Amino acid sequence: MARLTIEGLSKTFGVVDVIRAANLEIADGEFVVFVGPSGCGKSTLLRLIAGLEEVSSGDIRIDGVSVVRTAAAHRGVAMVFQSYALYPHMTVRENLSFGLENMRMKKAEIARRVDHAAKMLRIDAYLDRKPRQLSGGQRQRVAIGRAITRDPKIFLFDEPLSNLDAELRVLMRLEISKLHNRLKNTMIYVTHDQVEAMTMADRIVVLRAGVIEQVGAPLELYNRPRNRFVAGFIGSPRMNFVPGRVTRVGDSDFDLECDGLGSMTLPRGGRAVAAGQFVTFGVRPEHLELGAAGAGPWRLKVEVVEQQGSSAYLHCSAPAGEVLLHVPGQARQREGEVLDVGPAAGAWHLFGADELRIVGEGP
Amino acid sequence: MAEAAATPLGFLALKRGGRRADWTDWVTYGYLGLGVVVMLVPVLWVVLSSFKTEGNLMEFPPTLLPEAAKTVAVKGYERPLPLYVVKSADGRTATLAQVRRVGIEAQMVDPAHPEAGLVTVPVDAATPIRHFHVGTGNYTRLLDSAGGTIWTSIYNTVFITVVATAITLVMNAMAAFALSKYRFRGSGVALLAILATLMVPATVVLVPIYLIVSELGLLNNVWGVILPVISTPTGVFLLRQYMLTIPDELLEAARMDHASEWRIFWRLILPLATPALAVVAIFSIMSRWNDFLLPLVVLNKPEVYTLQLALAGYSDENGIQYGMLLAMTTLTALPLAVGFLFLQRYITTGIASTGIK
Repeated sequence: MARLTIEGLSKTFGVVDVIRAANLEIADGEFVVFVGPSGCGKSTLLRLIAGLEEVSSGDIRIDGVSVVRTAAAHRGVAMVFQSYALYPHMTVRENLSFGLENMRMKKAEIARRVDHAAKMLRIDAYLDRKPRQLSGGQRQRVAIGRAITRDPKIFLFDEPLSNLDAELRVLMRLEISKLHNRLKNTMIYVTHDQVEAMTMADRIVVLRAGVIEQVGAPLELYNRPRNRFVAGFIGSPRMNFVPGRVTRVGDSDFDLECDGLGSMTLPRGGRAVAAGQFVTFGVRPEHLELGAAGAGPWRLKVEVVEQQGSSAYLHCSAPAGEVLLHVPGQARQREGEVLDVGPAAGAWHLFGADELRIVGEGP
Repeated sequence: MAEAAATPLGFLALKRGGRRADWTDWVTYGYLGLGVVVMLVPVLWVVLSSFKTEGNLMEFPPTLLPEAAKTVAVKGYERPLPLYVVKSADGRTATLAQVRRVGIEAQMVDPAHPEAGLVTVPVDAATPIRHFHVGTGNYTRLLDSAGGTIWTSIYNTVFITVVATAITLVMNAMAAFALSKYRFRGSGVALLAILATLMVPATVVLVPIYLIVSELGLLNNVWGVILPVISTPTGVFLLRQYMLTIPDELLEAARMDHASEWRIFWRLILPLATPALAVVAIFSIMSRWNDFLLPLVVLNKPEVYTLQLALAGYSDENGIQYGMLLAMTTLTALPLAVGFLFLQRYITTGIASTGIK
């Protein structure tokens, strides 16, 4: 099987740095998701691994062997493209066997592999159809099947679900996860959808502007984001950020004055803060708790109530912007109501002026 | 509109918007009708005239349809005699067969009673009886009596057209593939240089081409006509523009599928570029089939003549053999017309637009 090592990898297009000195270690059989906003270089990173782009500097190793100078076909990787890139003039069967024919594999072996992949993906009924006669989900399966027949060391997926409708996306997400459990190959998956990243990944790699911001398990990224960007990107809906200033620092607690929301005292937990320091206070919508009337520390006016049945979102106005609240069950609050809200203990974050999370002793 | 367009007649009577004909409809149909007349009448004239006999062709005023004098076999006369309607001085008319004509008088016989003897009739009083008659004489004369050289010309033209078109397609497609899918230094300059040759008239390069062909020893050889114009700037440009629409991801997928560039060209690019290839093929076939100037210069022996050269042979300093010329023109134009009808359907078929997204 396959272990992937990326070391000091850079890619420049002209004067633009698309990937900047990336380091990454992917273990055998891992499902790793590259996630980030569009233009962050996640697809480029994948294409560098695939061998479709030339490396500017640095090294890519598969099982300890450098593949930087190896052609895409000989790296032992298979890629599923965003547009599926099925050969439109060939039938599904021809699409699946094209690569194997090029490798001059025996006919019987090709038939066996195509059959195996088709059964696994339940496309055996469409083998003699052309891609244009298939639905989006079926095309997606054929594209994955084409990768499976190659029996690669590493599977690469480049936003494979972005052309599907929401319902099918959830379904295919599950199927790809199941496929990974079954094949146990190393898989690298690129997406801009953090929900896909959270649900599918063993480990997530968050990228921004060509820089790897953080690598970690989904919940690790959720609970302990390294910086404000990761905190804002992971989790849906996104974390509330409120700018503020530390007004007093004690041994075990400190006072934080949030812009327009008043002051509150928070446990310090060993955080390195100084009086007068400007910080950003971050708390997820699901970690804001409703307090008794007049209890504070924040008093927020409800602007919009979004009922989702199982839970509800309350959009509240604050001087520094909107604050979103997630309440379990069906919300009884009305628009215009003023609520007393406070962050749940231990579920808030403090970010310094450099955007890095100010780490305490605890979680 | 949709139901109206379903039947051919309904389609031809389509109107802008609703049921009533707008004045724009009249203008549009008038203009289109004029176009049809301008395009079609000369062709129809050539085809109809090719079925006329030599005498019919020389008549003035010309007849629209091929016609011939009606003849009748009369007892006592070896050859069939032409029939005339004769008006006698007292106003009665009779149908008589002409035996011979002497000056302004003709000797006629009543076909029903030849034993009654000859009647002398003034020519002015007799009008020939004509009937619609398709004369295939021009064609039969062309195809056998012309000594079989016509078949050699047909073979030469077909050979040149087929071989040259096949080579043109492959050469142009390879150039277009490189110019559309590879990024290399000077690709823009290369494309520009290819397109710039469009500005050089064919007649200007005729002499250099002749010299090169002659140096290569290809005079009076069909390859001397095939090779000089094998790659065409329009073909390269057209194919390049079409190939730009083939997604790069397909090529990348194929490269990851262990396909060599050569295999990508044959298995992906060529099949996906079929609509553009059909267009280039049509242009190539038309220009090769109708080419006159280059064959005229390069091919000087009757055994290597193309149809167009043979066609030109029917009008020389000794006069023009209209019958043969018209029949041959019809025959020469026929394959192209049929071929165009067949290939036209491919132009609109966009294969690459499906299968992706």
